[in-house]
Amino acid sequence: MATKLKPVDVVIVGMGWTGGILAKELSDAGLTVLGLERGVNRTTEPDFSVPMIRDELRYAIRHELYMDVSRDTLTFRNAARETALPMRRLGSFLPGEGVGGAGLHWNGQTYRFSPSDHRLRTRVTERYGETFIPEGMQLADWPMSYDELEPYYDKFEYMAGISGQAGNIRGETVEGGNPFEGPRSRGYPNPPLKASLSGVMYEAAARELGYHPFPRPAANMSRAYVNPDGMSLGECQYCGHCENFGCEANAKASPHITVIPAAQKNANFSLRTQAWVTRVDLHPDGKRAKGVTYTDVRTGEEFEQPADIVALCAYGLGNVHLMLLSGIGAPYDPETATGVVGKGYCYQLTSTVQTFFQDKNFNPFMGAGSLGVVVDDFNGDNFDHGPHGFIGGASIINATTHGRPIAYRPLPPGTPKWGSQWKAAAGHWYGRAASIGTQGSNMASRGNYLSLDPTYRNAFGQPLLRMTYDFTENDFKQSAFTTRIAHDIGRAMGPTHISPLAPKSSSYSIVPYQSTHNTGGAITGDDPRTSAVNRYLQSWDVSNLFVVGASAFPQNAGYNPTGAVGALAYWTADAIRNRYVAAPGPLVPA
Amino acid sequence: MTDEGLDRRRFLGAIGAGAATLGADVADAAEPAPIAASPAADPVAPAGYQFLNPDEAAFMEAFVDHLIPADALSPSGTELGVAVYADRQLAGAWGKGARMYLQGPWRKGTPNQGWQSPMAPADLVKAGIAALDAHCRRVAKLPFERLAPDAREETVAALAQGKIELDGVPSKLLFDTLYALATEGLFADPIYGGNRDKAGWRLVGFPGVIATHAQDIETYRGRRYEAEPMSIADMS
Ligand SMILES: Cc1cc2nc3c(=O)[nH]c(=O)nc-3n(C[C@H](O)[C@H](O)[C@H](O)COP(=O)(O)OP(=O)(O)OC[C@H]3O[C@@H](n4cnc5c(N)ncnc54)[C@H](O)[C@@H]3O)c2cc1C
Repeated sequence: MATKLKPVDVVIVGMGWTGGILAKELSDAGLTVLGLERGVNRTTEPDFSVPMIRDELRYAIRHELYMDVSRDTLTFRNAARETALPMRRLGSFLPGEGVGGAGLHWNGQTYRFSPSDHRLRTRVTERYGETFIPEGMQLADWPMSYDELEPYYDKFEYMAGISGQAGNIRGETVEGGNPFEGPRSRGYPNPPLKASLSGVMYEAAARELGYHPFPRPAANMSRAYVNPDGMSLGECQYCGHCENFGCEANAKASPHITVIPAAQKNANFSLRTQAWVTRVDLHPDGKRAKGVTYTDVRTGEEFEQPADIVALCAYGLGNVHLMLLSGIGAPYDPETATGVVGKGYCYQLTSTVQTFFQDKNFNPFMGAGSLGVVVDDFNGDNFDHGPHGFIGGASIINATTHGRPIAYRPLPPGTPKWGSQWKAAAGHWYGRAASIGTQGSNMASRGNYLSLDPTYRNAFGQPLLRMTYDFTENDFKQSAFTTRIAHDIGRAMGPTHISPLAPKSSSYSIVPYQSTHNTGGAITGDDPRTSAVNRYLQSWDVSNLFVVGASAFPQNAGYNPTGAVGALAYWTADAIRNRYVAAPGPLVPA
Repeated sequence: MTDEGLDRRRFLGAIGAGAATLGADVADAAEPAPIAASPAADPVAPAGYQFLNPDEAAFMEAFVDHLIPADALSPSGTELGVAVYADRQLAGAWGKGARMYLQGPWRKGTPNQGWQSPMAPADLVKAGIAALDAHCRRVAKLPFERLAPDAREETVAALAQGKIELDGVPSKLLFDTLYALATEGLFADPIYGGNRDKAGWRLVGFPGVIATHAQDIETYRGRRYEAEPMSIADMS
C-alpha cells in the first residue's frame, strides 16, 4: 500500500532545466511546490572537483552522470514491421538523471528558433505552396508565435548568462551577429567567447564565400556573471571538459547553480531526490489529476503525492512515457494517423567534415562546450528551398569543444586503425585537425512515433517506452545539401586533407552518439485532435496537467533545443501563475 | 612445448598471487618505488591479473601489442599497462554489465538496434577469446599470441570486418569491444592502470587534467602549447 502524503499546490516531476524553472517561478508566486527527482543531488563542490571531474573514461565514456539503463530504457526499431528491442546501453542520446538533469552536463549551445520555425507549415505553404509538403510529413505550426515567446527566450538567456553577439535588435541588423535571427528585445547578457584558431579560419572562409558567420551563443560564461535572480557564475576556463561533465568553475549555466538554488530560497519549495515517479494518478472521470505516485528508490517504498497541479518536466521522452503509462490522452496510431500521445517524435540529422592542416596547430584541448562559429545561411527559411525540393535546413558549425584523446583522434581518410602507422598518424594529426558539423532539422513523419512496448519492462515492472523511428527522404536531401556547403567551406579553409562528403544517407542507428535532442511526442497545437497539449502546454485531456519540454515541439529545427525549451518553461510558468491559478480549468476551449 | 609463450604462461600460472616482481614483465619498474621517493611518478599498476586467466592474459597482451607495438613513439601496449587496464575493466562493474539493460527476451536484432547479446562485456570477451583461440588453432594450429606478425595482422583485420565466424560471439562485436578497451587503456587517465607514464597523452600532446586556458586560447592561437601532462594522481 502506498503511503499518502500531505497535498501540495504543485508537484513537478523532474528537476532539470524545465523543472528548475517552474520550481523557481511557481514558488516565487507563493504556491507550495514540491520537486520530485529520480536521481541524486550533486553539488559543484565536491562532486565536480578537479582533478576528479577531469576523467574522460568515467564521465564521457562510461556515462556516470547519465540515466542508468539497467533500470529503465526504451526499445527501438526503425519501422513498425520490425520488433523493437531494448537500447541495452546508452548511445545515440544521453538522458540526464539527478538534480540539474541534462543541464548539468550539456554543452550550453543556446539558440532561439527562428520566427519561421514557429509557423513552419504556414510559411512553407506561403512560399512554396501546399504541394511542396511531402506525403506523410506532419508539418505543423506552433500555436504561439516567435513574438509571443520573445520575452521568455530573453528571460532564459539572462538567467543562463548567454555569451553571444546579437544580430537583430528590435529589427536593426547588428554587425557580427546572425542577420537571419528573429528580432530580440536586447543584446545577450555577455559578450561572445574568445575565438579559437579554427574558428578564426572558418569565419574568414565563410565570409569569403559570402556567408554570415557569427559566434555560437554559449551558456559558457565569457566573464563572471550574476544573473537577475542573484546567482553567480564564474568565468569559463576553456578546459575542454564540458559536455558529459559538471563544471567545477560554475562557468556553465546549469539548473543546480541557477534556478534550483533560487527556488530553494523560498520556504514553500521543497525537493525530494531519489523519488521515481511511476504514474500520474487521475480522478475517476479521467479529466483531472489527483497527483502522482512515486517510489523511493532507496527503500522501494511507494508514496502517493496529491497535488492541485502536476507538471511533467521529465525530459521529452520521460514526459511521453509517463502520459502513456498513466492513460492520459489518446495514444497515437500510425495506421490511421489518429491519436496524439507519441505523435511527432523527431530527432536531428548531423554530419561532420574533418579538415587537416599540415602546418597548423589548433591545441584542440583548449575548448568550451559552446565555443564555435556558426553559418545560418542554410537553415530554416533563410534560403530558397524551391530548387532543392526539401523542407528544413541546418546550422553549419565549426566547433572547438574538446581534445579528450579517447574520443578525439581525427585521422585523415585511409589511415590504418592500429599499428605503428596509426600511432604516428594519431600523434601527428591530433593538433592539426579542425572540424565542421551540420546540425539539421527533422520533420515529423507519419510512421515515426513513441508508444509502450508490449514485451520489455523496467525495474518498476512497467512497459518500456518504444521508439519507432527512421530518417526520411526529405531529411536525407537536407543533409546532402547542407553537408556539401560545409564541405565547401572546409575546402575554402585550404586544408592539406579533407574527409570525403558524408551526409546522413542511411537509416537511423541507436548506436553512435548523435545528439540528445529528442523532440515531440506530446506536441503543442490549436486542435485537440492533432495535438496533445494546448498553447500553454496544458494537456487537452487533463486540465491540471502541464507537460513541459521539447516533447511539445511539433517538429525539430536545425538548432540545439534548450533555448526554445527554456522559453517554453518560462512561458508555461507564466500561464500557470497568471492565468491558471486565478481560474483553474482549460486555458483554451477544446 | 618449449616455446616462449607457453613457458611464460606456465610461469604466470605458477607464481600465483604473491608475485610482486611480475611488474618487471608488464612494466619498466621492477621494484615498486616508494611513493614518497618519487611523488611525480604514476602509481605503479599492481602486477598480475584479476580477471584474465593465463591463456586469456597471453592473448590480451599479444592483442594490445599488435594494436600498440613498441616503436620510437612509445613502448608496447603491454608495457604501457593496457592489458592490465583491460583486465581491471573486465573484472569491475563495467565488465559485469553495470548500466546495461540485460533482461530478455533475446533476439539478434538489426545493426541499428545495437548490442543485443545476452552476455555482459566480461562474459562476451571471455567467450570471444576462447572462440578466437579455437579459430586460430583450427586454421594455423597455433594460438593467436604465437602467430607470425603477418598472420596476426590478417586475423585482426578479418575480426575487425566481422569476417571470422566465431562460435557464439559476433566477431565484429568482439573486435569493437577489444579495440575500445585497447584505445581506452592507451588514453584514459593512468589511474585505471594503462597509459603508463602518460605515454598515450604524450603521443598526441594532450596536457591532461590541468586546464585553465582562458588566456592560453589567445596566447597560443596558432602556436603549439606544450606542457608536462598532469594526471589525476599527479594532482591528488
Ligand atoms: C551530452 C548532452 C549535451 C547537450 N548539449 C546541449 C547544447 O549544447 N545545447 C542545447 O540546447 N541542449 C543540449 N543538450 C540538451 C539539454 O540538456 C536538454 O534540452 C535540457 O536539459 C532539457 O531540459 P528538460 O528539463 O526537458 O530535461 P532534463 O534537464 O534532462 O531534466 C529532466 C529530469 O527529469 C528527471 N526524471 C525523468 N523521469 C523521471 C521520473 N519518472 N521521476 C522523477 N524524475 C524524473 C530526470 O532524472 C532529469 O533530472 C544536451 C544534452 C546532453 C545529454
